[in-house]
Amino acid sequence: MRHLIATSDLDREELESLLALTEKFVEVSSRPIPKVPALRGRTVALMFFEESTRTRLSFETAAKRLSAETVGFSVSSSSVKKGESLRDTAQTIEAMGVDLMVVRHASAGVPRQLQNWVEAGIVNAGDGWHEHPTQALLDCYTIQTRLGSLEGREVAIVGDIKHSRVARSNVAAFTMLGASVTLVAPPTLLPPSLRGWPVRVTHDLDEVLPKLDVCYLLRIQLERQAEALLPSLREYTAYFGLTARRAELLPPDALIMHPGPVNRGIEIAADVAELPRSVITDQVRNGVAVRMAVLFAILGSAGDARSTAARSEVVGGESSA
Amino acid sequence: MAERERRITPPYGGVFVARTRVLDGEDIRRAIWRMAHEIIEHNHGLDQVELIGLQTGGVPFAWALAEALEQVDGKRMAVGTIDVAFYRDDIGLRPVLPEAETSIPFDLTGRIVVLVDDVLFTGRTIRAALDALIDYGRPRAVQLAVMVDRGHRELPIRPDFVGKNLPTRRDEMVNATLEGVELGEMAKR
Repeated sequence: MRHLIATSDLDREELESLLALTEKFVEVSSRPIPKVPALRGRTVALMFFEESTRTRLSFETAAKRLSAETVGFSVSSSSVKKGESLRDTAQTIEAMGVDLMVVRHASAGVPRQLQNWVEAGIVNAGDGWHEHPTQALLDCYTIQTRLGSLEGREVAIVGDIKHSRVARSNVAAFTMLGASVTLVAPPTLLPPSLRGWPVRVTHDLDEVLPKLDVCYLLRIQLERQAEALLPSLREYTAYFGLTARRAELLPPDALIMHPGPVNRGIEIAADVAELPRSVITDQVRNGVAVRMAVLFAILGSAGDARSTAARSEVVGGESSA
Repeated sequence: MAERERRITPPYGGVFVARTRVLDGEDIRRAIWRMAHEIIEHNHGLDQVELIGLQTGGVPFAWALAEALEQVDGKRMAVGTIDVAFYRDDIGLRPVLPEAETSIPFDLTGRIVVLVDDVLFTGRTIRAALDALIDYGRPRAVQLAVMVDRGHRELPIRPDFVGKNLPTRRDEMVNATLEGVELGEMAKR
């Protein structure tokens, strides 16, 4: 693997092997010293053109647990503010000897475009409304550890589908692993066209809740209130919020998930987020291991330029037991 | 190195073709029996001793040793397993096997750890294992038991307990399982 731009670029085998690799890093993270020297000497640049706390910290922790160096910038203090172009910024950072770039950007397609401009590996940490593949991986991993597998599972993704890169990545990943996905949202928060999406759509949350294995709530992006897509937040909560009453409708072993940050009292009631089957904290914890797996799959694999060079040196000499 | 690992490891990525059988299952059993006695003698019993098998080839031997130790001494040994993939100095050359689990169900600190592997060759795997081990605790001592020592060391590492010293050429391959030890070559797939 050279890059990770979108879950829809992966095939099922690649997706499953990343989840299997994640298992190893969960074990690493559980050790007294949760750090391995696997990526010693490698440098990971955290390029967050859009603010983020959890994803950035998660990637940074992942890189450090693999002993990679991290460099990063935040938009407010970088020359992006001075009008430097994306291409110049990326090439400048690459010139400093960066092996992999973790990129978050408000515009869809930026990570894909960077692939053409730099030699470093690219990991998409969220681009516009497009994709957020590591979120999908950590969600799949969380479901897999709790429910065994996604095969034949009923998953509902509830909320602002239209503006959600998480929804796009997760629909692709969940269905690839054999789950059937229902999108639940008001018409104004659905994409204009769902052609080609392997999903069912409904506007009635109460109807789907009793058959779910996973109820996945998306964050209502309060900053979008200005666009008048919702009459009011209270009305949204009344129809699409996971209230205590609605949580009762879920089967007892169904999982409640949320990519965070949570707006308590809007898409999910405060006490529902605290239920034992709400796995929101598991998601965050697994995020580090999943990102370790992604970084290792790109930088620690034989397909990587540097290790290919190393290999040609050893081919003659190194042999094996 | 177990069969699956060998099959998907570049640059060999081939199949092992046996030329001669060096030990059979009975020989292996006797060698393990002897090594068990040596471990007990060397450590004045098993009170301090813990066994850890190296993934993937060493694990069956660690279990076999544990069984022999129990028959000789009566003490039931827990067996740990360790995967050194993330500690290697040649990361990217070998596959990381999801099934190669690291599991150390005891505290190493202050204990005598006997690392168990199938074949000792360059010593690089053992170097990685030593690094991995100290991330779990500080053993009082680490000893090394291998079924086959085939020579060609590239690091200052020596085994404490050896099933069979087997002189080899560098380009040969050794396949060691509980069923026997074979000497042969890798053939291209």
